[in-house]
Amino acid sequence: MDILTPWLRSYLPELSVTDAQLAEDLTLRGIAVEGTFPLEGALTGTRYEMDITTNRVDAMNHYGVAREAAAIYNVALATISQTEPIAETASGDSYPVTIEASDLCGRFTARVIRGVTVKPSTGLIADYFAALGQKPISGPVDVTNFGWLAMGQPTHVFDLDTLEGGIIVRRAKAGEKLRLLDGSEHILVTDDLVVADQKKALALAGVMGGWDSRVSETTKNILVEAAWFDPAAIRASSRRHGLHTDASHRFERGADFNAAPLANNLVTRIVVEQTGGHVAGPMTDIIIPAIAGKTADRPAIALHVAEVQRHLGTTADGIGISEQIVAQYLTALGCTLTQTAPGAYAVKLPSWRLDLEREIDLIEEVARVYGYNKFANTLPSFTGTVIELPHATQEAAIRTTLRGLGYSEAISSTFCSAEEAAAFTTAPAVALGNPLSAEAGMLRPALTPGMATMLAHNLHRDVSTVRLFELGTVFTGSTASVAEHTGLSLGLTGNANATALYKAEDSLFYELKGALETLLAKFTGTHTLDANDLPTWIAPGRGARILLDGTPVAVFGELAPAELQRRKLRQPVAMAEVHAATLLAHPLRQPASRDLSRFQAVERDFSFVFPDAVRWQAIDAAIRTLAIPELQSIAPVEIFRDAKGKSIAAGSYSLLTRVVFQSPERTLSDEDLTTSSARITAALTALGGVQRA
Amino acid sequence: MLNIPQLTDFSEASLDAAFAQVQAEAKIAVAGEAFNIEGFRLEWLGRKQGRLKIISDTWLKTAPPEAKKLIGQRFNALKEAIESELAGRESFLKEFKQGLETPGSPFVPQLDITLPGTAQRLGVEHPLVRTMAEIVSVFQRMGYSVGLGPEVETDFYNFEALNFPPNHPARDTQDTLVVADQDSKPLRERLLMRTHTSPVQIRSMLEHDPPLRLVIPGKVHRNDAADATHSPVFHQVEGLCVGPDITFSDLKGTLDHAMKAFFGSAVKTRFFPSFFPFTEPSADVQISCIFCGGKGCRKCKHSGWIELLGCGMVDPAVFESVNQRRIELGRDPVYDTRRIAGFAFGMGVDRIAMMKYGISDIGLLYSGDMRFLEQFA
Repeated sequence: MDILTPWLRSYLPELSVTDAQLAEDLTLRGIAVEGTFPLEGALTGTRYEMDITTNRVDAMNHYGVAREAAAIYNVALATISQTEPIAETASGDSYPVTIEASDLCGRFTARVIRGVTVKPSTGLIADYFAALGQKPISGPVDVTNFGWLAMGQPTHVFDLDTLEGGIIVRRAKAGEKLRLLDGSEHILVTDDLVVADQKKALALAGVMGGWDSRVSETTKNILVEAAWFDPAAIRASSRRHGLHTDASHRFERGADFNAAPLANNLVTRIVVEQTGGHVAGPMTDIIIPAIAGKTADRPAIALHVAEVQRHLGTTADGIGISEQIVAQYLTALGCTLTQTAPGAYAVKLPSWRLDLEREIDLIEEVARVYGYNKFANTLPSFTGTVIELPHATQEAAIRTTLRGLGYSEAISSTFCSAEEAAAFTTAPAVALGNPLSAEAGMLRPALTPGMATMLAHNLHRDVSTVRLFELGTVFTGSTASVAEHTGLSLGLTGNANATALYKAEDSLFYELKGALETLLAKFTGTHTLDANDLPTWIAPGRGARILLDGTPVAVFGELAPAELQRRKLRQPVAMAEVHAATLLAHPLRQPASRDLSRFQAVERDFSFVFPDAVRWQAIDAAIRTLAIPELQSIAPVEIFRDAKGKSIAAGSYSLLTRVVFQSPERTLSDEDLTTSSARITAALTALGGVQRA
Repeated sequence: MLNIPQLTDFSEASLDAAFAQVQAEAKIAVAGEAFNIEGFRLEWLGRKQGRLKIISDTWLKTAPPEAKKLIGQRFNALKEAIESELAGRESFLKEFKQGLETPGSPFVPQLDITLPGTAQRLGVEHPLVRTMAEIVSVFQRMGYSVGLGPEVETDFYNFEALNFPPNHPARDTQDTLVVADQDSKPLRERLLMRTHTSPVQIRSMLEHDPPLRLVIPGKVHRNDAADATHSPVFHQVEGLCVGPDITFSDLKGTLDHAMKAFFGSAVKTRFFPSFFPFTEPSADVQISCIFCGGKGCRKCKHSGWIELLGCGMVDPAVFESVNQRRIELGRDPVYDTRRIAGFAFGMGVDRIAMMKYGISDIGLLYSGDMRFLEQFA
């Protein structure tokens, strides 16, 4: 909504600050001026574009903003429309009004003006409307809009001669028809509130007036209405009929219960001046006490100045929030303060501030009007203990280790499709009730679906070398009870290089395995390997499972051809799904130093040809079983296969194994080495190996 | 230690093998980096104590007469071979020494120093993870503990206990992603994707007695279609400080200090009234523009200020919810609104990272795009 400063200043005769200063001061008090535009034409001043939060509906009008300014600068606020228009007769022609729906209409005022001549608006209203871009309609209708812009209370004018036998505020009859001012036809339901006469519905209460009872150029007699309607009922009607109007906007946020008669007075006076009509009799003002008790006549709130000070703390000027300031601000905002004890008040709340309900709301008002930035910046003294997260160091170790290995951290979607969920895990996945799309219909039961998506994202953009990991939450269970645990995925593709040990096409697997082994080595526990019942996303024979102290902690391997095809991927991809929660349950390995041997280490190489069925694990085990005390390490150094079967027979491979011996106590003699080497040679031969010349 | 090959017999084959071994050893010594001609001559070819002399003497001592000739011949041949090796090495070294002083000489390996170094590509820290860790560490240094909570929450923790009224628009499925099949449950038990990290405030206050200082990083979700500035997944850092003497000026001081620690000491803060259901008074906090220092630029829309976070004093209704729930759980209702107070704050990590690093599309943060990530190496 927009505010014109000349209009605003008409309520603030003492205000001396500039429009720019006023805009800043209002903004810093939560009455946000989003833009300022100098006025042209008949008016001088500024148009403010306001952004007022929905809880401050009372400030969405000129008088409401003026009240804020009066409180901020401690200047006088002019009264608005206190004087009752003089009626021709004090008794006659008081218009009959009945509130049937007394739970939905709390107050209804009506007043008759006779002998009007409807003309277009001129003067101040025309100027204000021009500056605001408010469309003029006709004199009396413009006055109602003026009244709303001035004080936020919607009013309505009826052509009195279209009314039959007095006003009734009631629920609509099922199927009742009503044509509204915008020309639209509506079929009403019994939850709609209508302003009706004895025969028919006249207006959709609090939303829009009716077509048939509208004021036109030929109107001679007018009924001015100003009322208070129930916020929830108006919101429901407005939604139901797809009508968001200025009136419904105000009513559904809670109008000022006491504003109806004031607005009626204001509109009546101006319409009389403008149209040459006369007030036929006193204003009808029906009040439902039960609703008045919940709005205008709410019980006073107890306010303790000490509580204000306890919550708000120190001010920049060091003086603090005084009792005098508390009383001054709250009074300026419309509260009535009655002292009940030293430093304690009973605060009667203004009828237009339904957002104020508790002592803390008043404390906020004091802070707001004082100005947040006039409080000091203090730091609380420290008490209590600082608790680190139990897994913080382990998570940091996972991240630094993987980054060191060349994996960048990524974050993928929390959601995946039901198909993806089923393709990547047998764990039950939990469905969303209102997913953004079917592709994001499930809470991810694994991180590999997201990892596959990210690898594909890169490959489809010709980024052919990718190393990624994601550390994030994985969801399983059911819609009745969702279980969360920390998961970890690794993904890699491209940069597959052959080494003395591995062929290029196998290197992704071994690189991934190496990364996982390096990661696991950071943690305590021993890990073993199996390849039973691997998930179907892993290519057959090209994946494995790692168990940490017997508990499965990771599955990894190359993506199955069908999955590659489904994603239109033309190069191999490998991934790992790590149950990070299991890993995190293990403490990090505590480094311990041992004395280094002063004696030389000796390497011995063993070159053997083995049948394919003999796996490295068996070779490694066979050597370790010998329990040679000086044995330091065993490592495969080179593997060779001859596709043509010439130098090495088909179905077997040549393996160069390097063993390192070292004693902490002495230099190893030739004899030691010869004996150990012979034992190893014998063990490897027993495995079915044939020593190469 | 002098290594004298063992002779198994004095056959020609054994002798050849033994001499070959000595020759190989000599060859290695000649080629070695520590080679020094005079030293080598003395050690290997010395007339009395030279290695060759000692070896041949050792063998001749035990050799049968018919083998002595064979040893002698081989000894001479070996000596010749070593001499020639030595000569070659000597002239090489001479040329090499000259060459070292001659630019362009083939003896000086010339490196193309402009070729790229061998890359050991490190993985990259995700900009969000990094930003979040930086924010968290600012508060850890101020004595805050880190708190975490589940991403799937109940309506109670995400809304009810935080003073959201039952018909609040945030509860609408247009704003909140909900777990399927919740309609049969009571409202407060319905499962949803948490829309903010604030539920962890409630969980922490249920578990711990005041005083409390917590910083809560985490992932949150909303029912937002993805565009350049919206993502259904995003990150927040929340803070909570509760104690007997916590005031609004403490909130201001804490955030002012934290912003200076994070963005640099020149940064200023200002506070505006705002509205959140779970704080009162509530404030929006702006910092002076980190790009122009407050003079006004394109990034701050020429205002000199950037809106960065929301905060406020914990609403007493929140403490009351916590107390009520603590009673239900058999714990003392120690969050007495007459004796304690607290403040809370929250900020969007994505927005801060995007601003700090000039990221134009939030979707990049969730793409795993290597080209994007490697910019943060």
